[in-house]
Amino acid sequence: MSSQQEVDDGETEGSKRKRHGMLKMYYGIEKSGGATLDPCDINGAHFEADTYLSNLIKQRSLTELMDEETKMVTQIRALDSDMQTLVYENYNKFISATDTIRKMKNDFKKMEDEMDHLASNMATITEFSGTISNTLQDRRQHITKLSGVHALLKKLQFLFELPARLNKCIEMKAYSAAVRYYTKAKRILHQYQHMASFQGINEDCNKIIHQLCDHLREQFKDKESSAKDLAQCVDLLLQLNEPAEKLCEEFLSHARQKIDEDLQLLDRQIRLQSGEEIKSEGETAAQAYLATPMDVLEFVDTGCNGFLSNICLVIASYNDMFLSKPQEDENMDAIALKKLVFFVNELMEKYFDYVQRRVRLERETGDNTILVRSLDRFHRRLQAMNKLLPDTDFSRAGTDIVSKAAKDRVYHYLQSLKQHFSDCMTDVRQNLAAPRTVGKHDSNSYLNDLLNNTQTAVVDQIKSVLNNLQAFLDSDITFAMKPYFRGPFCVQGVREGLIVAFLNHVSSTCLEFCEDKDKGSAPPALLLILSKLCIEFEASTISYLLTLTEEQFMMTERFPVTSVTDLCNNAKDAAQKLLNHFVKVQGLSISQMLRKSVETRDWLNTIEPRNVRAVMKRVIEDITAIDAQVGQLYEEGVRKERSSDSSRRTHPHSYMGSAALRKGGQWNYAPSIDNSLMSNIQKLFSEKIEIFSAVEFSKVSVLTGIIKISLKTFLECVRLRTFGRYGLQQIQVDTHYLQLYLWRFVSDENLVQVLLDEIVCSTVHRCLDPAMMEPSVIDLICERG
Amino acid sequence: MDDESPVIYGLEFQAKALTAQTGETDKIRFLVGTQSLRVENQIHHIDFDDENNIINKNIYLHPEGEIWNIKASTIDKDLMTTCYNKTSESKTEMKAAIWRLPSDFDSGQADDQSAHPAVRLVCHLNNSEYGDMKSVLWHPTGDTSAVIGFADNHIVLWDIDTSSSTAKMTASTGLDSKGNSKFTCGQWNPHHNCTQIATANDTHIRGWDIRTMQQVYTIENAHGQLVRDLDFNPNKQYYIVSCGDDCKVKFWDIRNPTESLAVLSQHSHWVWSVKYNHFHDQLILSSSSDSRVILNSVVSLSSEPYGNLADNNDSDSDDDHDEIERSKEPQQDGIISTYEEHEDSVYAVDWSAADPWVFASLSYDGRLVINRVPRAEKYKILL
Repeated sequence: MSSQQEVDDGETEGSKRKRHGMLKMYYGIEKSGGATLDPCDINGAHFEADTYLSNLIKQRSLTELMDEETKMVTQIRALDSDMQTLVYENYNKFISATDTIRKMKNDFKKMEDEMDHLASNMATITEFSGTISNTLQDRRQHITKLSGVHALLKKLQFLFELPARLNKCIEMKAYSAAVRYYTKAKRILHQYQHMASFQGINEDCNKIIHQLCDHLREQFKDKESSAKDLAQCVDLLLQLNEPAEKLCEEFLSHARQKIDEDLQLLDRQIRLQSGEEIKSEGETAAQAYLATPMDVLEFVDTGCNGFLSNICLVIASYNDMFLSKPQEDENMDAIALKKLVFFVNELMEKYFDYVQRRVRLERETGDNTILVRSLDRFHRRLQAMNKLLPDTDFSRAGTDIVSKAAKDRVYHYLQSLKQHFSDCMTDVRQNLAAPRTVGKHDSNSYLNDLLNNTQTAVVDQIKSVLNNLQAFLDSDITFAMKPYFRGPFCVQGVREGLIVAFLNHVSSTCLEFCEDKDKGSAPPALLLILSKLCIEFEASTISYLLTLTEEQFMMTERFPVTSVTDLCNNAKDAAQKLLNHFVKVQGLSISQMLRKSVETRDWLNTIEPRNVRAVMKRVIEDITAIDAQVGQLYEEGVRKERSSDSSRRTHPHSYMGSAALRKGGQWNYAPSIDNSLMSNIQKLFSEKIEIFSAVEFSKVSVLTGIIKISLKTFLECVRLRTFGRYGLQQIQVDTHYLQLYLWRFVSDENLVQVLLDEIVCSTVHRCLDPAMMEPSVIDLICERG
Repeated sequence: MDDESPVIYGLEFQAKALTAQTGETDKIRFLVGTQSLRVENQIHHIDFDDENNIINKNIYLHPEGEIWNIKASTIDKDLMTTCYNKTSESKTEMKAAIWRLPSDFDSGQADDQSAHPAVRLVCHLNNSEYGDMKSVLWHPTGDTSAVIGFADNHIVLWDIDTSSSTAKMTASTGLDSKGNSKFTCGQWNPHHNCTQIATANDTHIRGWDIRTMQQVYTIENAHGQLVRDLDFNPNKQYYIVSCGDDCKVKFWDIRNPTESLAVLSQHSHWVWSVKYNHFHDQLILSSSSDSRVILNSVVSLSSEPYGNLADNNDSDSDDDHDEIERSKEPQQDGIISTYEEHEDSVYAVDWSAADPWVFASLSYDGRLVINRVPRAEKYKILL
């Protein structure tokens, strides 16, 4: 055994050493590597006895070998003895271990016995405790039952006492306690109502609760009760399972009464304002105060404070009562909300109606600030209301009313502007009709003054209207900043509805004067003034007014608007037509004079002309007057050939002679010459004369138009008559006279000449005995006349 | 040669009187009367050769005086009336007489002035009681031999016996208005069995029933100034057109005398004459002292406001018919053409009695212009 151990040890040690060496190798610790690999190291792992021995023999001397041998022998012996000791010790230890195991075996056996004993004891204990609990069970059940009965009895007592208690509660007005008790008991009572006794109680309770309900309802309907009371009532009634829908209705109808009173007040105010209601006698002072019509601001205030606050209150409490609490029924919620919205909408509609009616009554006053302020207040108040009730947009409706009011104002102003314009027209007419007593010194600028006055009056009136309307856009007015109010108001309202409409009205009114229907009613001077007015409008006023409007109302060019050019064209058109009409009217009046003078005279049997006929003088006078009139308003205009004859123009008398000589030669042809040839040749070189043609905006052009019309009439009338010798000569004198005085009015002197020549030619044709007068005699007569 | 170009004929004298030879429906013939105080007046019988675009003329002398009005007879194509101015040293008188053309149209008549034959007098229309004759009307259809004359402020009715060359006055009536208002023109209504006439004096138009010689309707202030001429729509019995010194041509429904149906303001001076085309009543001619003649199309007031409806009866199938209908755009009212050939006032214009597309206009300087309706317009009406 020991040898065995030794081998084992050696082995283990060898293997240990080997392992150790390998580890060292592995970790690369080669310090001692040389030693260990040395096969001559007796303690090394690679020890080789033969090599060692041969080395020893080779290296050592014999003595040394002898020493070595002895040393090795001693070492071997020491090792042997160590090994023996170890074996012995191990053996002892083994013996003692065997002893210990044997002793343990004995101890266990004793313990097993004791355990058996314990088990039997436990069995006995179990048996006993079972017996005890069996004996106690009956009693315990009994006790449980008894305590149950006790509780039941307590509840029953509560039930029996309930009617009395409820009565007491009602007496004490502790409604909420009563409701609480009742709701507790209600289910049981309901469940056991088939039993006679419970039925009695149930009935009693129901009766009392009914009473309670009635009480609550009464309180609910009481006008004096506060909102909080109402809320409590509703709360309790809801708990008593009153149908919520009905409650909503009742609540609303109750609220309605109050609000209706407010509305009636408003209605009354409106009727007062419109003067429908006459004060009844015997009113108290307060009533009398109420009976005086409020101004619109007061009205809106009353509306806000009375109606709107009340309806807000109603909405708020309604929200609290029916909407804001968690409802078991979703449908119920929706229905309640629907009811409220319906209710509020209906009332608001009424209210809006009243406000609108009231605002509309505000037509007469000129000042806007109060109206605007009241509208502003109204608008603000509505916005506040919007937050209270979702899904409804009263501010939109409110803005509509505001917009409508603004529109009404604009329309109203337009009417007043139109009225003002027609007043202006009447003024001008009266001024024209009135005899000018002030003397002649201002007659030069008389029409001009009228024109300026009219224009200034119109423009001032428009400006003041614009100023008034600006109140709608004050910076402290809330609705003024709303784009859906501001845009339409500024563009469609003020610009299009007021300014453009008015300007169009002016144009169309002016055009009406050109209609033949009421001919003669418009004095020619009025036509002239209006024409000039339109020209001024076209030149500056229209663009000035529109720019002013756009600036004052800060318009942006987002909307399509009537362009300035269109308006100017309208005005220009009107001016042109008026002036044409003026020319026509004046030409006609002179034509009539000439026509009468030609038609009524017996041209065959006249005496030799001694004078220019009076009618010709009259014609010249009239034309001079018209010239003066037109000259006040219109520029001179362009004449043809101005430069060549300018020296003569200043001295008409010196011109007379030479002109007569020049023209006279032409007229003095022998009657035997073919007249038509002459005039035809003449016509070839002159342009065709448009008689009723459009005129330019200048004095000369206007006068030319009038003279053209007159002379053409003269010509046509002459052609319808037959003349004797002296008739022809009279015409010669007359035309020469016209020639002398008309040239200065016309743009092209030639034109007058051509027409007058044609008159004389035609007269020659229509003459039985064409003998022309001597030009010198004509001159003489004309100078005299 | 361009068919559209006007044909111009010059008279040596001034002239105001023009009429189509109403009784002649085969050839395009016009009669023109001259106005001259000092030379013997003439009646020019104008024949227009449409194919060759040539004017042939016969000149007859009018022995009495200058001619202010001429009207061809509807009974006999050789008959006509003239209103002429008989002058003496101290007075002038407007007379009327019925004349007969001495021969049928002779295209080979010599141009020798002295050889002009004179028209033969049938009879005078005695107006000595009534004043100056303004114009004479023949019965529109020629069924009876009645003529109507307008003398100052009287309407006088004669019955003519051509065989015995006498005219018997059968009725007369006066205008019982205050003032010195004279008739300016008159027109015989071709509808209602020719029992009505319309007259104009001053600014008013009056209708008369010639059976009773009573006034039946009045259009007060039809024009702003003197009414110069009027004409009846040949196809629509209540429609008339008038013109006047306010430079306007107005259309009236005589059942509504307060308001005109339409107004044309195209002339720049007095409108002296206005005529409906006898066949296509949308064509309106007007002449004015602005020396223009204007041809208007007023389809909206014509008897064929939607084009020629007669075509529809002939159409074979409905589809065709629809197509035709659709292709025809409703014609617009408006000026068809303005004729500027004249250089003096145009006092008279008339449609040819034979060819619905030809008309003549006469200006004071003696220029007669024969024009045609533009071909485009003609096709628009016909097709």
